[in-house]
Amino acid sequence: MLRFILIRLGLLVPTFIGITIAAFGFIRVLPGDPVVLMAGERGVSEERHAELMQQFGFDQPIWLQYLDFLRNVMSGDLGTSLVTKKPVLVEFMALFPATLELSLCAIIFAAILGIPAGIIAATRRGSWLDQSIMGTALIGYSMPIFWWGLLLIIFFSGMLQLTPVSGRISLMFFFPPVTGLMLVDSLLSGQKGAFASAVQHLILPTIVLGTIPLAVIARQTRSAMLEVLGEDYVRTARAKGLTPFRVIGLHALRNALIPVITTIGLQVGVLLGGAILTETIFSWPGIGKWMVDAIFRRDYPSVQGGLLLIALVVMFVNLVVDLLYGLINPKIRHVR
Amino acid sequence: MAQSASPASGAPRLEGDRAALLREFWFYFSENRGAVIGLWIFLFVCAVAVLADVIAPHGPIEQYRDALLKPPFWMEGADPRFLLGTDAVGRDILSRLIHGSRYSLFVGCIVVSGALVVGVILGLIAGYVGGWLDSLIMRVMDIILAFPSLLLALVLVAILDPSLTNAMIAIAIVQQPHYVRLTRAAVLSERNRDYVIAAKVAGARAPRLMFNTILPNCLAPLIVQAALSFSSAILDAAALGFLGMGAQPPTPEWGTMLAEAREFILRAWWVVTMPGLAILITVLAINLMGDGLRDALDPKLKRS
Amino acid sequence: MKHRLLGAVAAAAIAFGFAATAEAKTLVFCSEGSPEGFDSAPYTAGTTFDAAGQAIYSRLVEFENGTTKTIPGLAESWDVSDDGLEYTFNLRKGVKFHTTEYFTPTRDFNADDVLFSFERQWKKDHAWHEYTPGISWEYFNGMSMPDLLKDIVKVDDYTVKFVLNRPEAPMIANLAMDFASIVSKEYADQLEAAGTKEMLNQQPVGTGPFQFVAYQKDAVIRYKANPSFYKGKEKIDDLIFAITTDASVRQQKLAAGECHIMPYPNPADLASLKADPNLNVMEQEGLNVGYLAYNTTQAPFDNPKVRKALNMAINKQAILDAVFQGAGQPAKNPIPPTMWSYNNGIMDDPYNPGAAKNMLDEAGVKNLSMKIWAMPVSRPYNPNARRMAELIQADFKAVGVEAEIVSYEWAEYLDLSKAKDRDGAVLLGWTGDNGDPDNFLAVLLGCDAVGGANRAQWCNEEFNNLVQKAKVTNDIAERTKLYEEAQVVFKREAPWATIAHSVVFMPMSKKVKGYKMSPLGIHRFDGVDIEE
Repeated sequence: MLRFILIRLGLLVPTFIGITIAAFGFIRVLPGDPVVLMAGERGVSEERHAELMQQFGFDQPIWLQYLDFLRNVMSGDLGTSLVTKKPVLVEFMALFPATLELSLCAIIFAAILGIPAGIIAATRRGSWLDQSIMGTALIGYSMPIFWWGLLLIIFFSGMLQLTPVSGRISLMFFFPPVTGLMLVDSLLSGQKGAFASAVQHLILPTIVLGTIPLAVIARQTRSAMLEVLGEDYVRTARAKGLTPFRVIGLHALRNALIPVITTIGLQVGVLLGGAILTETIFSWPGIGKWMVDAIFRRDYPSVQGGLLLIALVVMFVNLVVDLLYGLINPKIRHVR
Repeated sequence: MAQSASPASGAPRLEGDRAALLREFWFYFSENRGAVIGLWIFLFVCAVAVLADVIAPHGPIEQYRDALLKPPFWMEGADPRFLLGTDAVGRDILSRLIHGSRYSLFVGCIVVSGALVVGVILGLIAGYVGGWLDSLIMRVMDIILAFPSLLLALVLVAILDPSLTNAMIAIAIVQQPHYVRLTRAAVLSERNRDYVIAAKVAGARAPRLMFNTILPNCLAPLIVQAALSFSSAILDAAALGFLGMGAQPPTPEWGTMLAEAREFILRAWWVVTMPGLAILITVLAINLMGDGLRDALDPKLKRS
Repeated sequence: MKHRLLGAVAAAAIAFGFAATAEAKTLVFCSEGSPEGFDSAPYTAGTTFDAAGQAIYSRLVEFENGTTKTIPGLAESWDVSDDGLEYTFNLRKGVKFHTTEYFTPTRDFNADDVLFSFERQWKKDHAWHEYTPGISWEYFNGMSMPDLLKDIVKVDDYTVKFVLNRPEAPMIANLAMDFASIVSKEYADQLEAAGTKEMLNQQPVGTGPFQFVAYQKDAVIRYKANPSFYKGKEKIDDLIFAITTDASVRQQKLAAGECHIMPYPNPADLASLKADPNLNVMEQEGLNVGYLAYNTTQAPFDNPKVRKALNMAINKQAILDAVFQGAGQPAKNPIPPTMWSYNNGIMDDPYNPGAAKNMLDEAGVKNLSMKIWAMPVSRPYNPNARRMAELIQADFKAVGVEAEIVSYEWAEYLDLSKAKDRDGAVLLGWTGDNGDPDNFLAVLLGCDAVGGANRAQWCNEEFNNLVQKAKVTNDIAERTKLYEEAQVVFKREAPWATIAHSVVFMPMSKKVKGYKMSPLGIHRFDGVDIEE
């Protein structure tokens, strides 16, 4: 097991270096002189321009800039945002909990609905129930989620006035952040109605972000279940006269869940991509929206640092999924 | 398109088999009702795109200043000239949707063929040549896959300047690692098969081996992947357009139309609803077809 | 709904000591973006000035609310020496800095704070010149303060003297700008001792109408009224900025009662906003101008008659309809009508393609072809330059002039359009900084600015002399006369086609009382009340 972990970690090193090169390189080829952009119509004198370029370190040869960048990354310094002049890491950490909370809720929502739906579809294979579940799943899978979000806003916020338009919690509640997760903080604050308000604000974004993972999980669960249900040991269990509930619950599900868990893990990248759209629609103060803003504002260090951190999060989750997979299923340890 | 690439000399398939294979494929495909419906819808969208100039009642960027934000025909206050209503500057939504189908299909085709060609070549090289070249290619693919694809596409478009062409390039770049991985895996499993070795002994050169001998035998997963990425290319292009980084107004691209329509979300629901519905239906049709293709090309899965 | 909100406000207020009574009046502003930071001097964005400069700080001189006139602020009065080189400010006594959870002042505001506020921006060896990495003082530099300042002298605790290198009448207006906000030296010393200098930018302390309570990044900023504000405590108790970047979401929140006032509505929504019986929509011309600058050094554009003819060929009304969608007003002068010294007596060139064609013929111009530069970005003074360029292209075609539209990436555009030998006419504009006409006329049309911000490359002796004379005159009436005359010269010589000033709208709940729109485009909430 240790060997497996070490090999897996070893593979990450070149990928990590590649990611730093990519994040660094993208930004260098972005068109637009950041200093000129900052000055706008006013313009800057040539001396001032040179001075600022030097201050931002843009006057160094490119490979030196890269080495500097790499060294700083290693010591946890991702640079300073050109817009706010605050460390990129601090900015990222301030917004990451919002995205984390939304993503976790979305994936839990997707799993809670998707796994049972997939199981039902598999056990009632070919029935109208199976067909309608799979049809719905395919619609969900084909959904342009930015449009889906707008529709939900029109219906629930506009027509029924049931849910708030945007934000994480009603403005009337105010407490210092402890964990950064609004659901937890609102409970810790002890203020009446705060938790309910946080939940209200989460509902629509969760549905929107969870739609595609929900569809994927339902489809994956169904096909994994079908495969397992055809295996000998399940047939044996059935033949032994075990109740269908026990067969499905104990024998089939346990094995079918392995690929499902992998699927859930692999949805992280999809979720972070979806977060960009979801956060934009709901004005959710998370990293997806922050990245979009940074790209539009040509805030180079933020884009660069954000790309790197997001890639690290994806890599980390994939690693955990892989290790979990290896733990559950020792056979694959050596093959990979 | 799939079959044209296989005058397979030395491969274990004979010319006569091809028709049989196609018949078998169609049998399984047509057994899937959803897939057939998807195919019809897709053909319909294609026809609309081809005939856009003929069937669209108005020009896609023609503005009727006397008919701003008119609702669709079944609602009160509708203008009979505009079946699905008009947008904020008086453009006919139906005509814009009809012309928009061109962009979506175009995006899908270009992205898939671009990603497919580059991905397959890289995958063949990685799988067939192996060694450090293989490692290099696969590490680069890992790096691309480490970024959420929409985010990466967004950054790439920002680098290249927002436009539909650049959006297509960006989406093709983020999609091709899937083709590389698929092709490489297929090549690795086929490389040591008897027919390949036989061809090698007979003196076939590397490119010929790769393209004429090995490739035709790993087409099935590639075709399924192509259908998948056709639909996700349409979705991604629309998402980029929605974020202002894809096609630029007044192009009647569906995502861009949605972005422009956001302002009217509470006042004129049809401006928001129609383009999204068009995206959903098109993508759904392609996904239905994709499922059918997968079932037909991979009978093992079908029968399990 | 309302009752629930009020109850919650009360709960929050009691829990956090917002106010002693349960009737705390809270004003919610749906702001359009996050502030860059809470020290307003290093930044240039309006969102920062709203959230920091205007809410938290005060300055020696202030703009009178709703105008571009300057009035005494932390300086009760000032004297200018006869040579215009020495400005002596008499500071207000008994002004208190905010008492917050993180700082309790032990002394009143005095000359040390003034010196500290400016010297940190000015002196490169000052301990606070680069107090967090990457910080720079863009406005201080942009307004040429380093060239202008010779010395800042503390005469006594309540008297400060600014010594200049050359006379500069707009100096007073400069000191009312957000970069000139006064920060507390005592607080800075305390932070320096604690080794947490960067907190100056995160937990601000000022003397302004509101004091900082909390900021949740990209979501909410909370303030409470400064109980010891030198003009008296504000009528509202709490001020909340709900950061909502999307205009349609802002509008939905306003309609739902989640906020009371919002900036920058979508032009397309104005009609429905105005129709809403619960809302009140204020409007005002923005402090900006969008123009088309010819290159006046190149034939045939060196001939004023040709420029004039082209100006008469442009259908401004069509541009206002298509590009501004009603949120604009035709421009006849290079400065906006909300600015003092605006010469309303000037007649705009009429739209008359026939006459324009004749004038071109008279000038001997035939088969003219030219380039029109269209900006790649949307700015307040020109929301869609591409569309504007297309309209002008069509207008020019009607008088027999072929125009080709070119565009570059924004930074490149700004850079290339400065070149003296630039080929073509450039669409660009300007948003004013300090409400002083000098900030438009000298910056954009002065001889010094040729090859820089003077995109017309236009150096007219008569115009330049008038503007330069106004710059060294301190009497406002005198200056007004000079600027009015300069506008006459401008119109006669027509280096630009002045196209439009945008119109800024501010929808708000009818409960909001006493809000005044600032011509400078900032949003300030001093003097605002909310009716329950």
